[in-house]
Amino acid sequence: MKSLAQIGTDLNVVRASLSTAGQAEFLLKSGEQVLENWNAAKGNDPTSDRKEGFRLLALHRQGAKGDASFNACRETCRELVYHYNLVTMEPDHPEANKRLEMMQMVAMHLYLFVNGKIQVDGLGEFCCSSKGMRQTTG
Amino acid sequence: MPSDKKDFKKVAYYPGCALEGTAHAYDRSTRAVGNALGLELEEVKNWNCCGAMEVKNIDPKIQTYLSSRVMSIAANEMGHDVVMAPCNGCYHNLKKAEFDLQNDAESRSVVERISTKAGHDTYQAGQVETIHALDWIKDEIGEEGLRERTKDALKGLKVANYYGCMYTRPRHIFPEKDQGEGSESSSQPHFMDDLLAAAGAENVDFPLKTACCGGAHTLSDSDTSTLLVTNILKAAEASGAEVIATECPTCHSGLEMHQIRAEKTLGYKSSVKIVYFTQLLGLALGLDEKTVGLHENISDSTGLLREKGIA
Repeated sequence: MKSLAQIGTDLNVVRASLSTAGQAEFLLKSGEQVLENWNAAKGNDPTSDRKEGFRLLALHRQGAKGDASFNACRETCRELVYHYNLVTMEPDHPEANKRLEMMQMVAMHLYLFVNGKIQVDGLGEFCCSSKGMRQTTG
Repeated sequence: MPSDKKDFKKVAYYPGCALEGTAHAYDRSTRAVGNALGLELEEVKNWNCCGAMEVKNIDPKIQTYLSSRVMSIAANEMGHDVVMAPCNGCYHNLKKAEFDLQNDAESRSVVERISTKAGHDTYQAGQVETIHALDWIKDEIGEEGLRERTKDALKGLKVANYYGCMYTRPRHIFPEKDQGEGSESSSQPHFMDDLLAAAGAENVDFPLKTACCGGAHTLSDSDTSTLLVTNILKAAEASGAEVIATECPTCHSGLEMHQIRAEKTLGYKSSVKIVYFTQLLGLALGLDEKTVGLHENISDSTGLLREKGIA
């Protein structure tokens, strides 16, 4: 499994050699790798299932099970999928490069959130969850 | 939308602690906009903390009680059936308390016990409806009403609307959202977009509108918060935004503070301005920049807004 540190580094590298669709594939895969790390850290075997056609969404659902605060990255995952669809369905669109740029930032946000949350488990706990820490820590 | 829709023309106003401090500009612009629109706010008497983040994470039942007391005063002492809370934290906590009191017998028992000890009427679920400032203006004035009053005053201003995480999460405490046409969406919120567009603003596609700003960890893990905010600022700029419109005091001050910190620690200088949506609406309604508290923001948007003929 690719480490979070490596994912973070790779997300900052521009991949001009890849096609537009190839870059979108890379960014979507990066999102999946981020969530693989999260699930592995929680003691889960990262799922290979798909939800709505995307492994990323299945990995998010797996990661949020029993941890409502993980929903703080739910829309980020969905935005990543949305941008993937935008780019791959219209690779020659005049805005394709801009869409890829936005997709890179969305992937970066997912990485930053999960990387931060792995280090400080409370990230997202305060704001997004109605469940108090006392309930989750016993 | 619920069929028993209440009248929002005169509502109980719960500013919460942030709007008395770091988010004072949000308080004054909310009041000013209400006044300009002919909407009446009656501040909840002797209100207390909603339980915020700190209490909730030590004892969630105490948070439920604290929020219930605010609603009890509004309902039982002031006769209101609607409480408007512009702060996402307060709004979220009052909604959470409402949900708990509807669904959890132990919460009802704790609230009953503490309310009796404190000597006030116990809040009963359903006595009030808690709304956000966005609901308040969207429902009572509407886009058409704003369009008539503002006459495209924000024309030429490119805005990224940033809602933060507490306005829509967790979904189960916001039963009125995701109810089809006219209701707010929990996955793609749009009420702020709708209101600012009605006032003439050009909303940009902004994919991080509900992404985590790291606000709760701004003191305990500032570096993570700075990185999260920096990414939000970069995405807003890449979207073409000149301004990030906010509706949450935690997000707003987090964006402002980490914008400065990003420049110091990461060397990332961002020119995007951070403004409360009520400040933009106030300016669009013809209020002056001091009335809406532009001078109280850390992010200085005065030059940009004057240049655009908005301030």
